[in-house]
Amino acid sequence: MDYTLTEEQEQLRRLVEDFVAREVKPYEETAGEDFPWPLFRKLGELGLASIPFPTEYGGGGLDYTSYSIVLEELSRLGTHLGSVLAVHGLPQLILNQFGDESQKRKYLPAMARAELLGAFALTEPQAGSDAAAIKTRAELRGDKYILRGQKIWITHGGDADVYLVMAVTEKGKGSKGISSFIIEKGTPGLAFGKRERPMGLAHHTREVFFEDCEAPRSCLVGREGDGFKVAMTALDSGRITVASTSLGLAQSAFDYALSYANERQAFGKSIGEFQGIQFMLADMAAAIEAARCVTRKAAFLRDNGLPFNAIASMAKLLATDAAMKVTTDAVQIYGGYGTSEDYPVQALFRQAKIGQIVEGTNQIQRMIIARELLKKFKQ
Amino acid sequence: MNIVVCLKQVPKKDSILRIGADQKWIDERDLSYEMSEADAYALEEALRQKEKHGGEVIVISSGPERVRQSIKEALAKGADRAIHLTDPLFNSGDPAVIARALAGALKNEKFDLIFTGLQSDDYGFAQVGLILAEMLGLPSATIVMEVQPEDSGVRVKRELESGWFQWVKLPMPALLTIQSGINQLRYATLKGIMAAKKKEIKEVKAADIGFTESDAISAQSIQRAYFPEKTKRTEIIEGKPAEAAAKLMEKLRFDARVF
Repeated sequence: MDYTLTEEQEQLRRLVEDFVAREVKPYEETAGEDFPWPLFRKLGELGLASIPFPTEYGGGGLDYTSYSIVLEELSRLGTHLGSVLAVHGLPQLILNQFGDESQKRKYLPAMARAELLGAFALTEPQAGSDAAAIKTRAELRGDKYILRGQKIWITHGGDADVYLVMAVTEKGKGSKGISSFIIEKGTPGLAFGKRERPMGLAHHTREVFFEDCEAPRSCLVGREGDGFKVAMTALDSGRITVASTSLGLAQSAFDYALSYANERQAFGKSIGEFQGIQFMLADMAAAIEAARCVTRKAAFLRDNGLPFNAIASMAKLLATDAAMKVTTDAVQIYGGYGTSEDYPVQALFRQAKIGQIVEGTNQIQRMIIARELLKKFKQ
Repeated sequence: MNIVVCLKQVPKKDSILRIGADQKWIDERDLSYEMSEADAYALEEALRQKEKHGGEVIVISSGPERVRQSIKEALAKGADRAIHLTDPLFNSGDPAVIARALAGALKNEKFDLIFTGLQSDDYGFAQVGLILAEMLGLPSATIVMEVQPEDSGVRVKRELESGWFQWVKLPMPALLTIQSGINQLRYATLKGIMAAKKKEIKEVKAADIGFTESDAISAQSIQRAYFPEKTKRTEIIEGKPAEAAAKLMEKLRFDARVF
């Protein structure tokens, strides 16, 4: 067992650290709410837009451990690029694992170069945690699928060039009647709603509408009826990425709090000398360490072809809860200043919350973990 | 055109520094390190020259195992191979000793130019490059802001004081000390990082280059390292308001130098 980074992983980490400090942070400080295209394109130039996918499709060919390290580092200092990369990774993962050769050739290299931005469209107004309850329909008519329905909270919605969409192809079959499609922006009938403004997400989400959206038959990814399996497979891996970005956020809040506790004077000494603050700092550090170990283990299991979905859920649960706790305590340590927009920790606090909700709420994660634990008693 | 770049690894800029137990240098435990800034610019300039004129970029650095990380970074950015002076005998705060070691290791290398950073971010002597040039019998130019190789040598733009510049022509091979800001630094890329795994890092010990104990003797030593001592001095300026203000302005301008 080894807890140290390899030389290459450390180099990657440093590369991202450098990039975040030199370009990402300054850009985000002055940018509005539009999608950060220059930063995204730069990810492509640096070879970071497709880290764990095969080199033959332009990817980095590295493992999930390296990917997780990069995502954590990209989320340091409260930057949003880690989440951008994680979301972009979902359609890539699905195309790579379930797409046919021509779909892979068509999309993966361009996504690796960050010329095409990806999005993942599963959630609907009435189907969040209960993903099998989606209502968007896809009907095969001749050589075309006609899609009708509505998606909500779609990250990169309206900005993304390609959408991995889940839709029902056979009604009444529940999760077995769902299929997945790759739909390009500009497809007739594909429309976008207003910007939604989820707390702490810089780049916002949009509703996505399919109004008799006509897509060629070749846009089906995998087989008809496999869509739910496809989505769940993507989310299993996606949970490692959400854990990683939450870790970066938590670490950032902790670093700020530690340094502030050392500087801020009260009653004639630095507040870090008071046990009340020390215990908070110790608990924050312990929560981050623990969550990081589980996240790395989840990546390790995945990299070694071992079952990892329960551990990935644990990682997601622990890391996002740690981020919520650590950012909350960071605000507390900053006191009144912690609530001020002139100081960094309130933004991290606002950012942390959504981690407990996306990619399966933390209640859903517990269901997944329990189901795995109890599986062996069932036939 | 083959270019050698001398790199030094120094504590990261945002490090929290503590004085070591012997009071002669900083406590090096728990520090993170990075390539000295001016050296990073020297490397970047070498890579740009290589992209324009072809050839090879060789990086050379002296220091313990941790230095490998900066060497790897240089290789990931595009340097072709590296020489790592690993012998503890080379470790010295004396620029002449370091220059002697570098000169020994470069004796059998074929190069057209050697770049160093103008000065390191830790000791800041700005001497290694010049002493190295002397030892190798090369012409040198300092504080270089532009490099233009020509048929018969190299034209360089040097930075002088107060915004003045100077163009100098040197025959090659030559040594140039590069000023920070000469170009824009690139990042390593994922591909570069992976490619660096296969690049050569030649380790050099003292015996390999005939470097002896007597070569390692420092002509200078650090007496004491300490944080700037804060002193407080209050001066009351007497006189009429207008005169006092004029005096204050003078002091701010010439003593405190805040204008």
